[in-house]
Amino acid sequence: MFTHNEEIRIAADTIRQAARERIAPLAATIDATGELNPEVATLLWDLGLMTLVFPPEHGGAEQSQGTLLCTAVEEIARHCASSALLLIIQAVGSYPLLHGGSKELLGRVLPRIVAERELAAYLVSEPGAGSDVGNIRTTAVRDGNHYVISGTKCFSTNGPVASFYTVLARTSENGRNGLTFFLVERDTPGFSVGKIEKKLGQRGSKTSEMYLDEVRVPVGNLLGEENKGFHLAMKDFDMSRPAIGAQALGIAEGAFDQMLRHARERKTFGQALCEHQMIQQIIADSATAIEAARGLVYRSAALYDQGQRNTKLASMAKLFASDAAMKITTDAIQVFGGYGYMQDYPVERMFRDAKLTQIFEGANQIQRLVIAREILKEAV
Amino acid sequence: MKHLTEEQRLTVEMVRDVANRELAPRAQELDEKSLFPEHARDLFAQLGLLNPLLPVAYGGTEMGISTVVLVLEEIARVCASTALLLIGQFDGMLPIIHGGSPALKEKFLPRFSGESKLLTALGATEPNAGSDLLNMKTRAERKGDKYVINGQKCFITNGSVADVTVVYAYTDPSKGAKGISAFVVERGTPGLIYGRDEVKMGMRGSINSELFFENMEVPAENLIGEEGTGFANLMQTLSVNRIFCAAQAVGIAQGALEIAMNHARERVQFGQTIAHLTPIQFMIADMATAVEASRLLTRKAAQLVDEHDKSAVIYGGMAKTFASDTAMQVTTDAVQVLGGSGYMKENNVERMMRDAKLTQIYTGTNQITRMVTGRALLLQ
Repeated sequence: MFTHNEEIRIAADTIRQAARERIAPLAATIDATGELNPEVATLLWDLGLMTLVFPPEHGGAEQSQGTLLCTAVEEIARHCASSALLLIIQAVGSYPLLHGGSKELLGRVLPRIVAERELAAYLVSEPGAGSDVGNIRTTAVRDGNHYVISGTKCFSTNGPVASFYTVLARTSENGRNGLTFFLVERDTPGFSVGKIEKKLGQRGSKTSEMYLDEVRVPVGNLLGEENKGFHLAMKDFDMSRPAIGAQALGIAEGAFDQMLRHARERKTFGQALCEHQMIQQIIADSATAIEAARGLVYRSAALYDQGQRNTKLASMAKLFASDAAMKITTDAIQVFGGYGYMQDYPVERMFRDAKLTQIFEGANQIQRLVIAREILKEAV
Repeated sequence: MKHLTEEQRLTVEMVRDVANRELAPRAQELDEKSLFPEHARDLFAQLGLLNPLLPVAYGGTEMGISTVVLVLEEIARVCASTALLLIGQFDGMLPIIHGGSPALKEKFLPRFSGESKLLTALGATEPNAGSDLLNMKTRAERKGDKYVINGQKCFITNGSVADVTVVYAYTDPSKGAKGISAFVVERGTPGLIYGRDEVKMGMRGSINSELFFENMEVPAENLIGEEGTGFANLMQTLSVNRIFCAAQAVGIAQGALEIAMNHARERVQFGQTIAHLTPIQFMIADMATAVEASRLLTRKAAQLVDEHDKSAVIYGGMAKTFASDTAMQVTTDAVQVLGGSGYMKENNVERMMRDAKLTQIYTGTNQITRMVTGRALLLQ
């Protein structure tokens, strides 16, 4: 964080303390049990973090929503990436509703979501549509005052525990220009939870398949414009990719803190590990990458907050921070040596958690394409 | 680099077949439940692969290191933990073969002939003596026709299942490296106490144990070679062990590369298989190049050992560092090629990524192997 904004600094201090004192002690258990931790969820709601990006009258921040989201995600991910993921998914899953829902719909559901502390999930990925969003097969067919949605979604974070879902479905055969978002509520008939995945890391959230079998939703649940869902999803990325970058940044910082502490305490060959030049090389490279990632994350978030186009920087932040997190967590285990490989120390969890940041919200290969396309567009 | 002999080719075919049929189907379960691969031990015993290094004079086949690395690669390609069972076995056997008196060899080695299922281990690492082995605290004091050993070891591969463990201890701490001696310790020796088996991030089908020695009495005849030759003996074993580690890393990387290639050929996104996408082609090209370079370096090092060439130590260090770094990079990229499904347990690559990390750490962290290689090249 390098903001001069006093409000954000105060918020960061508060979140940092809460994360250190109340989330860090739970992180190992959250990973081992693979369950969403209700204590953490309650804390995040109590701190107002689950609604940061909501309209101010429904619990959202007055300004700097993107920066605040990144700040919260970073501070929490330092200790527990899974807990930070709760914030990201809440923001990502809510985005199509917040930015595409009619006034009537928002007025009806937002007070309830806030009061009941309901969790969001984002249903876009399908078995045949990961990076290739335009290949979505789930269909939504108009039937009177309803749409009837059928299909299978996969890798739905919080799928089994969420209350409301933003679902991207096909409303016309026009590739990516035939997709539309809908709000689907948990108890709607025909909507069910499929296979729950066993994951390498970020295990404190349940990820599952979701089945939609002729799920009927009122036309009022259509979000944004019909057939413009892809564009809404892309705008969601402008907010979520800095946040993923912030999560990766937090993971990297957490691993770096561990690495540094161990390097100061552990003695080999008659001196502290940190006195060895080979370890100093690792420390220097890690710290440099963290600083660079921080710059990209908060620059892209600031542009988002100012309403400026941030697509290129958001992808750069996500790409660079996640690659840095993978490298730094890998090196942190290395500095710990054999100990780092054991589950008694948190660095192996951070290593497993880091890998997801290179994959979700657009694999890094896709980010590179986005960055290049944005640059080539600018050049014209 | 010579091509494989007919005999080596047949061995590789046999092992690959066994690995695909008998070992691959068990790999996920071993990992998930942290099971010791007993079925593999029995199979290896039947096939003459459990003790391939045993000299002909003691009923063995005395397989060359050049062939052993081929065997290890094939096994690690489907299950790295099972390959580690063999590497642990070789580690416990080599110090006796290299340094034992004829009487000591006669006492222990014939037990491992034929279809013997007895297991060995090597006990050198201690909580404060990992890379810095000379900092070991375990002491052995001569009392009449016995040595009394006190101390503890950690992370010992095959530790709690071994029938015979080679234990390193100071007989004269004032002499530094020349004050360390090696002993053969049999299961059931009074004072040999088993601590816990570690819970690890990967290689979870391998057992790594704490061992405690409380006034453990070992017959003086179990001393390997002369007093004070233990460290040199250990270095000799480690120089070969690094080549085994390299072979294991090559196998892990090869396994991950194959899964990534199969996935790329099958997965359709953007209207074609992702094998047609240039970013994926570049990743696969880099992965395959690194795997092949690692393989050649490993085979060269192994060949130099068989030819009793002193440069085997340098090449072994290079092979270990390069192959393990390659395994880490290739497995991380293989998860990336599979995207979200790579992060899930059922597709094996996440296991390979967790397994790969250990190859950068054990038998000398890559920082130590780089230092050894650099010093040998510059200063000797």
